[in-house]
Amino acid sequence: MSALLSIASVSKHFGGFTALSNVSLEVAQGERLGLIGPNGSGKTTLINCVSGALKNDAGTITFKNENLNGLAPHQRTRRGIARSFQIPRPFHSMTPVENLAVPLEYVTYRGVAHKHDIKGEAEAILQDMGLGDKMHASCAGLSQVELRKLELARAMAARPALLISDEAMAGLSHGEVDEVLAILFKLSGTGITIIMIEHIMHAIMRFSERVVCLDAGQLIAEGVPTEIVKNPEVQRAYLGA
Amino acid sequence: MFSWDLLIGALVFGLLLGCFYAAVSIGLSVSFGLLDVPHIAHPSFLVMGGYATWWLGGYGWDPILAGLFLAPVFFVLGVVMYRIYYATFERHGSDTGLRGLAFFFGIAFIIEVCLILAFGVDQRLVEAVYIGKSIDFTDDLRIPMRLLVAFAAALLLTIGLTLYLGKTYMGRAIKAVAQDQIALSLMGADPVRVKQWAFGIATAVTAIAGALLIIIGPVDPQLGRIYIGRTFCVVVLAGLGSMSGTLVAGLILGVTETIVLTFFGASWAPAVAFGLLLVMLGVRPQGLFGR
Amino acid sequence: MSGKMSGKMSGNMNASAGSMGGNNRIFVIGCVGVLLAAIALMAGVKIDYVFNASFVVLQFVVLASAWNILGGYAGYVNFGTSAFFAMGGYSALFMIKAFNAPLLVQILVAACVAGLLGLGVGLISLRLRGIFFSIATVAVAIILETVILNTEYFGGAKGLQMMRPEPMAPFESYDKMLFFVMILMAITAVAISRYIERSWIGRGLRAIKDNEEAAECVGVPTLKLKLIATVVSGALMGAAGAPLVMYMRFIEPVSAFSLNYSVSALAMPIIGGTSSWIGPVIGALLLGSVQQIVTVTISSELNVLIVGVLLVFFVVVAPDGILGLVRKLRAKGGTSGAAGSAKGGAK
Repeated sequence: MSALLSIASVSKHFGGFTALSNVSLEVAQGERLGLIGPNGSGKTTLINCVSGALKNDAGTITFKNENLNGLAPHQRTRRGIARSFQIPRPFHSMTPVENLAVPLEYVTYRGVAHKHDIKGEAEAILQDMGLGDKMHASCAGLSQVELRKLELARAMAARPALLISDEAMAGLSHGEVDEVLAILFKLSGTGITIIMIEHIMHAIMRFSERVVCLDAGQLIAEGVPTEIVKNPEVQRAYLGA
Repeated sequence: MFSWDLLIGALVFGLLLGCFYAAVSIGLSVSFGLLDVPHIAHPSFLVMGGYATWWLGGYGWDPILAGLFLAPVFFVLGVVMYRIYYATFERHGSDTGLRGLAFFFGIAFIIEVCLILAFGVDQRLVEAVYIGKSIDFTDDLRIPMRLLVAFAAALLLTIGLTLYLGKTYMGRAIKAVAQDQIALSLMGADPVRVKQWAFGIATAVTAIAGALLIIIGPVDPQLGRIYIGRTFCVVVLAGLGSMSGTLVAGLILGVTETIVLTFFGASWAPAVAFGLLLVMLGVRPQGLFGR
Repeated sequence: MSGKMSGKMSGNMNASAGSMGGNNRIFVIGCVGVLLAAIALMAGVKIDYVFNASFVVLQFVVLASAWNILGGYAGYVNFGTSAFFAMGGYSALFMIKAFNAPLLVQILVAACVAGLLGLGVGLISLRLRGIFFSIATVAVAIILETVILNTEYFGGAKGLQMMRPEPMAPFESYDKMLFFVMILMAITAVAISRYIERSWIGRGLRAIKDNEEAAECVGVPTLKLKLIATVVSGALMGAAGAPLVMYMRFIEPVSAFSLNYSVSALAMPIIGGTSSWIGPVIGALLLGSVQQIVTVTISSELNVLIVGVLLVFFVVVAPDGILGLVRKLRAKGGTSGAAGSAKGGAK
């Protein structure tokens, strides 16, 4: 079986700094992949290369057997890659429903939006994400966890095959982490492939079927969660020992 | 018609003028390049500095002395400006693009109209011992003293500010605030106060540059528009926030402008800086020395 | 407004597909009403000054609406309205000199030329941060002015005097004809601006203004939308400039490229409110009329100063413009009852 997403020998430099060096990674259809690594290890750079926000200097990224190199982020979103941002970036002049209407109009029902009940669909997704009572409120009044949920909801409105969740839980309380985790599990249950970037180890351990670890722009370990935490390379990267 | 003498003359003039362009732009290099404030009104402050110098000149002040005297006044003006900008836009973070730009555009416009209302649209000149004389190297190459004085002052000003930013504690803090505000606050410095100080310095330097502006030639209220092109051209060409780049970029603009002037005529002068700026934006927006 | 809009969202989407919602009917009736009023005015009033002054105000309705399509909806600030406007004027001049073309053709050509200019500026600078686009528009204005100054064909710095032809059939004077043309253009510009705001383009532009990177990541083709906005906005500005030659009977670069157009086109939407099509209309009618009165009664410098001061005042104190103030008053009156509205009234 061929992978849904395949990253082959991808490198990225910023001036003289090597952010990614020769990273290769395959993600299977329906997989729950955890991506870990210390700060500055290149996690966000890697997913920026996948989502198209950055252009990789070398290597190829293939999605559904199509080479993504040279495609703009919005084109990749239309092909099924959606992401959430580490620091939530809502469209602050819009309500949550309107936020979701953007991907619904531009991706899911592109060109045929008038034939669909965009508002109803947006409301349904928000309801599903537990934002039912804030659907028509101003984004300015949302709490941190609600903003994270909105990020995920907006990404989901594009009906992606692959969802990249960039530290959707950082800074949340224990209970809130569980809430977001439950949402991600539910999405995974519908067949969506999920890459989760996270620092909160217990979340990674519970969620991921497989974990990869980046350090200084290189892929240093890969395996099931229980193996990864025992991996000496990973321990050294994290503890600096 | 091409001749080597003309070209050499143009080169010499261009280098002298270029140094002056660096001096009028270096304030913007700090405020826009380092602090990321969309300071479209910078050239208007420059012209205002020119007018203030002219006004003091009426009382017998030497232009350079006037510029030095005006610097602290402009420093305070800059601090006040930044406080307003910070309180209304930066602190809230959102939508600074549209509002910040419109704010400075409005300020620029108000300065221009106020200068017209106060002094009329006529050009203003200053007098000094070094204005009106020239040093004759050959028959074709006469360099006006005013250009030499402005050149020397501009060079001192540009190098002085570059050293200040590179060598002093405050200067380094200003450069750090451009890179990483969090790191700076960990060092125990308040980013807002550092920026406020930096904006004050940038405006003070602009006052002295304004004095040079009126030494170089007559000033009128609408001159600011042309200098939007020159100053932003230099700052973009240099790469945002690069101080040494500012000097090189000023020289490039000075030489380009003088060559175009010499071979195509003075009426094309205003378009040179803007043309160069557009080319840079299209081809290499990070500038020659940019990150 | 935003709360109201979300409720009517699906209706708006239907509207963009062609079927008429109730809101649209009111708008069309309004436009027809304005047109009828204009015709009545032309039939009843003999003084040409009325039409001259209204022409200028309507010109600003077009410019402000056009500016807002890019500036208000997408957040990209055009400082060079005068460039697009003057290019419209000079395109018209060229069509008159070269082909003796009628006014309608002049306007269409002017719109095309200015639209292409918008495309060019956009391609150079719209990939960059907003401020670079703004500076690029200043650059284009100064460069074009310099080119025109140096072009003998267009009269150079001295400018050119042009004779007005006879007005066309139903119009008794050329002033009235220009007035009528400008009112048609104003209605067209407002309708386009309103359509864009309410269509998928408008929502995409708003997403760009709120957060461009996020917009791109949820599938909005940001560059394409910005280019569409720049071209439409530029074309409308150019169209507004086309009748300038015949209106002034004269064209010269300094007044055609006057900074006043650039500042007013930006100040009017900001004062009226940039979030909706009606904002620029309010701003232009209000400020345009005040300008006409002040210019006649006091001085033109003072009128320019008023625009600048109002611009800065609104940007700092009331960033959502008159629309925002009205909305706040309404919200206060609606939610907290009498106490709230009393407070709002005192403000």
